[in-house]
Amino acid sequence: MKLSIDEIEHIATLARLSLSEAEKKQYAEQLSVILEYIDMLNEVDTDGVEETCQVTGLEDVFREDVVASSSDEERKKMIDSFPETVGNLLKVKAVFE
Amino acid sequence: MAALNELTIKQASQGLIKKDFSSVELTQACLDRISERNKAINAFITVSDDVALKAAKTADDKMSKKAYPLLGIPFGVKDAICVQDVRSTGGGKILDNYVPPSDATVIKKLRDAGAVLVGKQNCDAFGHGASNENSMYGPVQNPHDESKVAGGSSGGSAAAVADNQCLFSIAEDTGGSIRQPAAFCGIAGLRPSYGRNSRYGIMPMASSLDTVGPMAKTVEDIALLMEVMAGQDAQDATTVANPVPAYTKDLEKSIQGMKIGIPKEYFDIEGMEDDVRKIVEKKIEQLKDLGCDLVDISLPHTKYAIPTYYIIVPSEDSSNLGRLDGIRYGVRAEGSSLYDVYADSRAQGFPEEVKRRIMIGTYALSAGYYDAYYRKAQRVRTLIKQDFENAFKNEVDVIVTPTSPFPAFGVGEKANDPLAMYLADIFVSPGAVAGIPGLSLNAGNTNAGLPVGLQIMGPRLGEETILRVGHQLETINN
Repeated sequence: MKLSIDEIEHIATLARLSLSEAEKKQYAEQLSVILEYIDMLNEVDTDGVEETCQVTGLEDVFREDVVASSSDEERKKMIDSFPETVGNLLKVKAVFE
Repeated sequence: MAALNELTIKQASQGLIKKDFSSVELTQACLDRISERNKAINAFITVSDDVALKAAKTADDKMSKKAYPLLGIPFGVKDAICVQDVRSTGGGKILDNYVPPSDATVIKKLRDAGAVLVGKQNCDAFGHGASNENSMYGPVQNPHDESKVAGGSSGGSAAAVADNQCLFSIAEDTGGSIRQPAAFCGIAGLRPSYGRNSRYGIMPMASSLDTVGPMAKTVEDIALLMEVMAGQDAQDATTVANPVPAYTKDLEKSIQGMKIGIPKEYFDIEGMEDDVRKIVEKKIEQLKDLGCDLVDISLPHTKYAIPTYYIIVPSEDSSNLGRLDGIRYGVRAEGSSLYDVYADSRAQGFPEEVKRRIMIGTYALSAGYYDAYYRKAQRVRTLIKQDFENAFKNEVDVIVTPTSPFPAFGVGEKANDPLAMYLADIFVSPGAVAGIPGLSLNAGNTNAGLPVGLQIMGPRLGEETILRVGHQLETINN
């Protein structure tokens, strides 16, 4: 399966990744090679085989739905790691334009 | 006597308890070694001298005759695992300035046990790679030959232990990231069963495969570390409630009569180096000296593990890495719109391989392709898992294979061929896909002096058995 530059641009938009023209060309080629290799899976007859989504055998792990607070110190550290702040609030670009 | 930083955990602990030396002296010996060697090996991204010496001093004050096996022992942590108040980049520039507010659960357990953190170790960015060349902080050189890679993704963690820069490392293994670099650097490394150790505080890669495990100089040290690390954690719902065995207790117990599976698919492949085959086969012969029976087995879906892995991992990856967007923490790019902030922060903060995996995963999960790729891979995954289950149920106690078909390769040798790099995980990805534990230990060195790893795989939660077999193989010549 050969991916076109248009398809690469569509995937990059979905993934929120800016790509240079050179990267688009490179990924179109490399992804095509990798997907071709992965097509090997079609040799395997998986009719009636269940999917393995996880391997623990655990089911429905519940806990009480209670609020656990963090310390003021931890809270301050998290706020300190915001890239931009207004007071204690996280500042981001406008979501709606 | 060996230099302090060359000791195993067990030896160092005995010396500390007898007051032959202090933890401050031991820690300083490791810090000196790091500062002498970090330029050449590049195993550490961040060295935490002050934090280390303070913890060492505290350990010395607590030291008593009572056995606290990790009290005062210096260790390093893969940078993709969060450590409180120490910069944790994950090997990617998007987190260049990130200082976590709390410890990952396993790190907290180790620090509570008195282990002394010396720094954060280089790795392929967010675990993506098999050579440590995808770190945005430069590749790690193999201490056995600096023109060779250290393996990946936990290359810094492996090289640091092999080069005596710390006594053990804590790393993460999604599809071989502990076992393969352990093999390339000639040390021991364990990927525990999925669900055995908490992953809370780990930068997630592929959530249905990620595990956290120890890397050390001996299998015995690995067993000791697992006693502290393992167990259920309310913060990670995939951890199991099964009691944690005393892994060190029965290491010497006879393994006579144990059935060892030799899967033909791991020995019949093209591209296995003769040296590797010879060294591994010789090591396997020693199992007969220990009274084990070798049994030829077949794991027919082995060859599908890599394509299965390279659908499941990038898919889960592309989702998990969505959180790294420059918004709440890390490095935010300038941009005129919210979209540009996301897209540019990620473009500048991720290396090529991370972007490539995000692209594969996003494609595989995008409308119209989910059934053909992710669902198909999850079905093949069931067959790979059943291969192992059948072998352990009907035929054998453990399975033994090479860890890698070749020893450490040259820096740059596979860097431009992603598929060739993916195939470096050919013997370590099947067990990861199945969720079973795997131990890599040194089987010997090639004529060129490069270490060769032997992998021992066991059934789910069968760590006790593989550690026992590994320990006895490791010490048979002593």
